[in-house]
Amino acid sequence: MTAIAPSPSPASTAASHRTARGRWYLAAAGLAVVVTAYSLTVASVPLPFGDVVDALTGRADDALSRLIWDYQIPRIILCWAVGAGLGASGAVLQSVIRNPLASPDVLGVTRGAGVTALFVVLILPATPLSLLPVAALAGGVTVTVVVYTLAYRGGTTPIRLALVGVAASACCEAVIRFLLMRYPQNVNGSLIWLAGSFFGRTWQTVAITVPWVVVCLPVVVFLGRRLDVMGLGDPMAVGLGERAEGTRRLAIAVAVVLASGAVAAAGTLSFVSLIAPHIARRLIGGRMAALTPMAAAVGVLLTLGADTLGRGISPPLEIPAGLITAVIGAPYFLYLLMRTGR
Amino acid sequence: MRLSAEGVELRYDRKVVARNLSLEIPDNQVSVLIGPNGSGKSTALKSLARLLRPAGGRVLLDGASIQSLPTKEIARRLAILPQVLTTPEAITVEDLVWFGRHPHRRTVGAPSPQDREMVEWALRSTDTAALRDQYVDQLSGGQRQRVWIAVCLAQQTGLLLLDEPTTFLDVTYQLELLDLLARLNGEEGKTIAMVLHDFNMAAEYADHIFVLAAGELVCQGTPREVLTKETMRTVFSLDVEIGVNPRSGRPLVIPLRRRPVSLPA
Repeated sequence: MTAIAPSPSPASTAASHRTARGRWYLAAAGLAVVVTAYSLTVASVPLPFGDVVDALTGRADDALSRLIWDYQIPRIILCWAVGAGLGASGAVLQSVIRNPLASPDVLGVTRGAGVTALFVVLILPATPLSLLPVAALAGGVTVTVVVYTLAYRGGTTPIRLALVGVAASACCEAVIRFLLMRYPQNVNGSLIWLAGSFFGRTWQTVAITVPWVVVCLPVVVFLGRRLDVMGLGDPMAVGLGERAEGTRRLAIAVAVVLASGAVAAAGTLSFVSLIAPHIARRLIGGRMAALTPMAAAVGVLLTLGADTLGRGISPPLEIPAGLITAVIGAPYFLYLLMRTGR
Repeated sequence: MRLSAEGVELRYDRKVVARNLSLEIPDNQVSVLIGPNGSGKSTALKSLARLLRPAGGRVLLDGASIQSLPTKEIARRLAILPQVLTTPEAITVEDLVWFGRHPHRRTVGAPSPQDREMVEWALRSTDTAALRDQYVDQLSGGQRQRVWIAVCLAQQTGLLLLDEPTTFLDVTYQLELLDLLARLNGEEGKTIAMVLHDFNMAAEYADHIFVLAAGELVCQGTPREVLTKETMRTVFSLDVEIGVNPRSGRPLVIPLRRRPVSLPA
């Protein structure tokens, strides 16, 4: 008989992983609460935290509570919804397309939403603003369906999806440029939307956006283990009981609806859906069951942080949140490219 | 027979691999599919595991057409180890083996005691329990292949199909792996069907051999019945001598070089 050193029991290692993850979740949640509280105090005029609390508890004067309730709070809720949607959507797409540089942009969601939104703003200016998100959503979903169909040949492969998606994005980008050149009279508003901004968003936008996220987010979180199985390659995933193509289609569909809803509400917030999953992966590893919620949380922090910063840098001027995320995101993206290139 | 193909036509897009192939996997035995490159042996195995839908004919699992059964239900009766596998980054042996429980688990919810038990059993049976906390991508080829077999075992199926499980392994690890499969067949009564390249490994471990050529089943039977000079010449265009393994008494295939070379006296 040989004596074998006792290996750590499975329960203890699994548990230690779980507590480490739990700690990161707690940290993210705590940070989100702090940033949210701080964000409430940042407006065109700085609001003392005491006033904010007064307004929240109904002890402030009319003007102040209107400012908090009608502008600050819906805007922050929207940041939460958009950030969570973009983060989770990016995590799912990176897993399904098996490319760490994938994002809703790669499937054409962002540009597709941009095309239809601009179309409405520039060519049908009489359309009520509340239809803008609907138009954007329709565009994002349509382009994705086209991409999926073009990439489909009795099944799709991640690489084919990515290539067709990049091509479709380029086409949409061309249409966007054309629309901006052809209809210059309303270009300013369009550019702000394209840059990604929460300026002037009200409860109306919240009401259109939040339900998407509330419905879709749990779905992608529950898809976690199935997506992990898909990560073993299609043959093994089928062997383990996944309908590979069906699961892929479902995951893409939900991720695209999430991303389109987010783009519709806030325009093209660049890099959030790309970077949030990467940061989350560094914190808690690549298993989707744990990663998707964390990516959503990081997405919230990035979006809320960017919007708060954009409001606070030089009030009353506002810098679109999308510009802030681009300034943070572009260097990070380059850094990722260099690391994966090796 | 629990698993069989009835007159299946197999093709990739337009390329026809087999027109009318029938074979029955004998229960509780180790079967091996052999054949030259392009004979359709891997394709046939794929269709038996529902990884490839036949263009005609049907594959039967427990009397029902495999295409009509829910794929998750199949995964509780039949495990397949494909040839090409993607190992996730930074995953431990134990975490990977847990994937084998996927077909038995609901989308949400904690694993059951039976799940834990089966994972432990799969780790023990494949001698990988001591590696449980190591990262899979840092293991040797032989260890990694044993871990993948543990994933299949955790699926708790009576049928185990393997597509060239020994291809990238040194002879030592090939034997280790085939011994493991033989033991699983002997002790657990698992039905095993696999594609192998090496005649002598097939001769040593198979109860039943299928010989495929150009998408057709040329012959089948015990190693002694199938591995003959005649088969080797017609199917593989090989001149061989058939010897006898002094230990097992099974046939030993000795390929001969084409032209006799006269050695200097």
